[in-house]
Amino acid sequence: MLRYALLRIFGAIPTMLLVIALAFLMVHAAPGGPFDAARVLPPEIEKNIAAAYHLDESLPRQFLRYLNGLLHGDLGPSYRYRGQNVSKLIGDALPVSLQIGVLALIIANVAGIAAGIAAALRKNTFLDRLVTGVAMAGISVPVFVVAPLMVLIFAVYLGWLPASWTGGTAITRLILPVMALALPQIAYIARLMRASMIDTLNSEYVRTARAQGLKTRSIVRYHALKPAMLPLLSYMGPATAGVLTGSVVIEQVFSIPGIGQSFINGALSRDYTLVMGIVIFYAALVILLNLVVDLLYGVLDPRIRTR
Amino acid sequence: MNNELSTIEFLSRQRLPILACIAILLSACGGSQDAQRDSVLNRGMFTEPESLDTHKARSLQAGDVQRDLGEGLTGYAADGELILAAAERMEMSNDGLTYTFWLRPDGRWSNGDRVTAADFVYSFRRLVDPATAAFYAQDSLGDVVNAMAIIAGEKSVEELAVAAVSELQLQITLEQPVAYFNLLLTHPSTFPVHRGSIEEHGDQHARAGNLVSNGAYRLHVWEVGSYIEVSRNLHYWNDAETAIDRVRHHIIPEDTVELNRYRAGELDITASVPSEAFEQMKQERPGELRVSPYLAVYFYGFNLTRPPFKDNPKLRQALSMAIDRETITDVVVGRGETPAYGWVPPATSNYESQQFPYAKLSRQQRHARARDLFAEAGFGAHNPLRVELRYNTSDAHKNIAAAVQSMWSKTLGVETGLINEDFSVLLDNIAAAEITEVFLSAWTGDYDDAHTFLTVLESGNPSNQTGFNNRKYDELMNKAAAQTGPKLRQVYLEEAEIELLSEHPVIPIYFFVNKNMVSPRVHGWHDNVLNYHYSQHLTLTDTD
Amino acid sequence: MSYLAVVRSILRKSRDNKTIVVCSSILLLIAAVALIGPLLSPHHYADTDFDQPFAKPSISNWHVFGTDGLGRDLFVRILLGVKVTLFVAIIASGVSLGIGVAYGAIAGYVGGKVDGVMMRAVDALYAMPFIFFVILLMVVFERNFLLIFVAIGAINWLDMARIVRGQTLSLKRREFVDAARLIGVSTPGIILRHITPNLFGVVVVYMTLTIPQAILVESFLSFLGLGVQAPQTSLGALVNDSVSNMERAPWLLLITAAVLAVILLCFNFLGDGLREVVDPRKKT
Repeated sequence: MLRYALLRIFGAIPTMLLVIALAFLMVHAAPGGPFDAARVLPPEIEKNIAAAYHLDESLPRQFLRYLNGLLHGDLGPSYRYRGQNVSKLIGDALPVSLQIGVLALIIANVAGIAAGIAAALRKNTFLDRLVTGVAMAGISVPVFVVAPLMVLIFAVYLGWLPASWTGGTAITRLILPVMALALPQIAYIARLMRASMIDTLNSEYVRTARAQGLKTRSIVRYHALKPAMLPLLSYMGPATAGVLTGSVVIEQVFSIPGIGQSFINGALSRDYTLVMGIVIFYAALVILLNLVVDLLYGVLDPRIRTR
Repeated sequence: MNNELSTIEFLSRQRLPILACIAILLSACGGSQDAQRDSVLNRGMFTEPESLDTHKARSLQAGDVQRDLGEGLTGYAADGELILAAAERMEMSNDGLTYTFWLRPDGRWSNGDRVTAADFVYSFRRLVDPATAAFYAQDSLGDVVNAMAIIAGEKSVEELAVAAVSELQLQITLEQPVAYFNLLLTHPSTFPVHRGSIEEHGDQHARAGNLVSNGAYRLHVWEVGSYIEVSRNLHYWNDAETAIDRVRHHIIPEDTVELNRYRAGELDITASVPSEAFEQMKQERPGELRVSPYLAVYFYGFNLTRPPFKDNPKLRQALSMAIDRETITDVVVGRGETPAYGWVPPATSNYESQQFPYAKLSRQQRHARARDLFAEAGFGAHNPLRVELRYNTSDAHKNIAAAVQSMWSKTLGVETGLINEDFSVLLDNIAAAEITEVFLSAWTGDYDDAHTFLTVLESGNPSNQTGFNNRKYDELMNKAAAQTGPKLRQVYLEEAEIELLSEHPVIPIYFFVNKNMVSPRVHGWHDNVLNYHYSQHLTLTDTD
Repeated sequence: MSYLAVVRSILRKSRDNKTIVVCSSILLLIAAVALIGPLLSPHHYADTDFDQPFAKPSISNWHVFGTDGLGRDLFVRILLGVKVTLFVAIIASGVSLGIGVAYGAIAGYVGGKVDGVMMRAVDALYAMPFIFFVILLMVVFERNFLLIFVAIGAINWLDMARIVRGQTLSLKRREFVDAARLIGVSTPGIILRHITPNLFGVVVVYMTLTIPQAILVESFLSFLGLGVQAPQTSLGALVNDSVSNMERAPWLLLITAAVLAVILLCFNFLGDGLREVVDPRKKT
């Protein structure tokens, strides 16, 4: 298993290079530069700034300079926030986004799985219809409607929770963003789990186990749960992507200084290094996560382990 | 056989994820707020300052924070009146070329050091030094002898005509008289920087914990993407008058989000008020909504270097007349903005703003005249006009553009293509002037004088986005610059504006207003045209 | 089986499935109204009326759903929004379908090293933060309508490719494929005439799930201000606009969000229903 993991990481290097190159090209292909403003800079000043940031060098040279920095672990200086280092900016924004994203995913999984199983076990009863109904609502109302609504209701009208990241304590400020982010995921996961569970419960070996007289509780726990979770695992990719997309909205609505906001601001203000830093970081994260998911597949599905 | 597995039992078996949740929540507890008895003011800010280094900052928002942190030779009082700040006395020579400032003997940096003339000399030199790559070098000190040559790298910084005559006496020599030079010295780029800090910390000197400033506050915390907190500078010469202990500038790019935070009680002052909620705030919180004129103009510029607008003033005028500015300000934007029938905002001091001659016409008359001009310009059903209007991404801009599109269509039969672009792309396109026809833009005054608006359309100004090149206009502007007497200068400036308006290089649409929500617990707020609200002039009372 | 036979078989089985019938009827109805509806109203979607901003719904002046901030009729704009949104979503899904099916079928059928390389490429592409690239693309270039399809299609084809490859792998071993090979049908021929028709079911099911995804991506882009150009609009853009005016004109949000929700739900349910019809396991 270890060898497999190492091989995969090694194989990811060309991918990373491709990602970096693509990001670099796209960002520099964008018209406009980091220092554009309505008040046009006098040509002398513009020259001085270009020199200070190596923008007057040829693109290949800038690219090599950047790669060189990467090898030394330096993601470069931010072009927009003069005097700040990209590594520090990402380092500040990352824990915030992680806190919210990971919490949202965990809650979505726990709640979604529980709801899905409960609905599957009590198929076609009121509980099932309730879960399915709420899941439907979660899927069909987008985050950028739910989040501002939540702010309006819970923060402005009721005053129970803070309207933004700096408005409350470390715990209260997490509640609304995490819930807003988790809700659509709970919906998807619940539906997925329910369908998967129903299928598994109908499969032959479960029916065999039932025929043998095993209690439902043990059936679910020992026979049905693991296989039923498999489709869920392949949803984790889209789920993480969904959390990322959703978090851009959440960060804007709740004024959260996270990665999503940094990226959008960076893209809009042509902060080349910041944008590339985030892209690279994210790609590395995804590769790592894929590896983890694959390893988990091996753990959960004995059929695959023999590979 | 129906022993259903209860959901609670299922959850209780998921120890791992629940522990993970708790761990994360606990880790989140790291950043607890300090509960002190300090008075804290919470202000909203539209965007994050790119830097708080006096010479590397540029945006209006950076300026707001800088005005709390630092102090220049001149500044503004609470009511917006120009006053001496770090200097206690000033003299100007009769020819207007030499300025002498005597600094306050009790001026102090936030680390206790005395503020001396040498500090200003060092700072001004650093401002024009090409290695600093300061944005405002030319705009602020460009008129000082040798400044332009130094910026171009042709002379060394020591040749800048700024000298410390004695420990507290500073002398500045200009190439030509500049009537508004004192106004320029209020700009944050002319604030002094602390030499010792820069030599010790270099690039990092503008960070919390390192920055030494000479104003009412010092930099306490900077949470990137979130807020900047400044706290009282006990060494400030006027600290006795500073009422508020700490000020937090919160970075909130969305005005609806900012308003929600204000309504939830998290902010005392907002930077703006969204159009959508303006009426509602006027009804619900009339005393807290502050609206006053602001020195900025929202306009559509023409690209005068290519058809159809090149050499076609009648067409330009027709398009300008076909826009119902009142509808835009009252219905579309709706925050108390004033329709702009001229270029220089009427609120500008020492100036009489000019207007289009058709400003007084009724809507029907104006439309009829517009149609006539349109036909005279050679367009109509036989030669329809299709025009591209570019603007940068924003709901407000989109709505105004859609309204203008509809007006041009109904009144003149013009077909308008709306092109929504990213801000940087738009700026780039405007500067290149190759594909633009009509584009959105805005101009904010740097100081309270008509010159800051009129200079933009001089032919040599790099910020002239339209390509307007009018000899008579340039001549009038030069004449105005040469005047030392304010009355005659004003006359020339007004003449220039008349000439400008008659040529229609731009379509001014509205003059901006300041719109802020100010909590009842804030006192000392004075509306002023530059929207400068120094925190040191404000007080907080806790009312229930 | 040929394409025609597969389609007929699915249609036949669908007729008995209540969910499919209801959902597809609703969707067809919405599409029909979107196409014909504008003829029923005297208003045009770009018609501003500055005397009546944010008017409440009323029958009297033909503003059945009220007006927006510029006095434009909401009913007509929603119809336009539905048209644009469905158009974007279907074309985008079509793009991702086209690329994904071709890619996955070839990888799955050819197998061996080619398959290995192709799927490794997919893994590599998976690592790219596509949303970021899409945003970059849209920020960089003009707000080209075409680009929106391409951008959205480019995000989705990876999943389709994976699923199609999986299906192809199992189809490969079926007898009719062996038979075709024995006769001497070329590889492209087999892929085109024998494998892809049998992918139809799976693909259709997946399409009904990609379409709502595409709709949501388009509304996310609108949220960032990167979607369709004014005065055109999409459902996502309408919903976004109404969110900012939530307190001033709540009916705007209710109506637009409801329409969006119905469309999303119908596609999701349709997918569920089709899955029941198409799933081979259920046939036994």
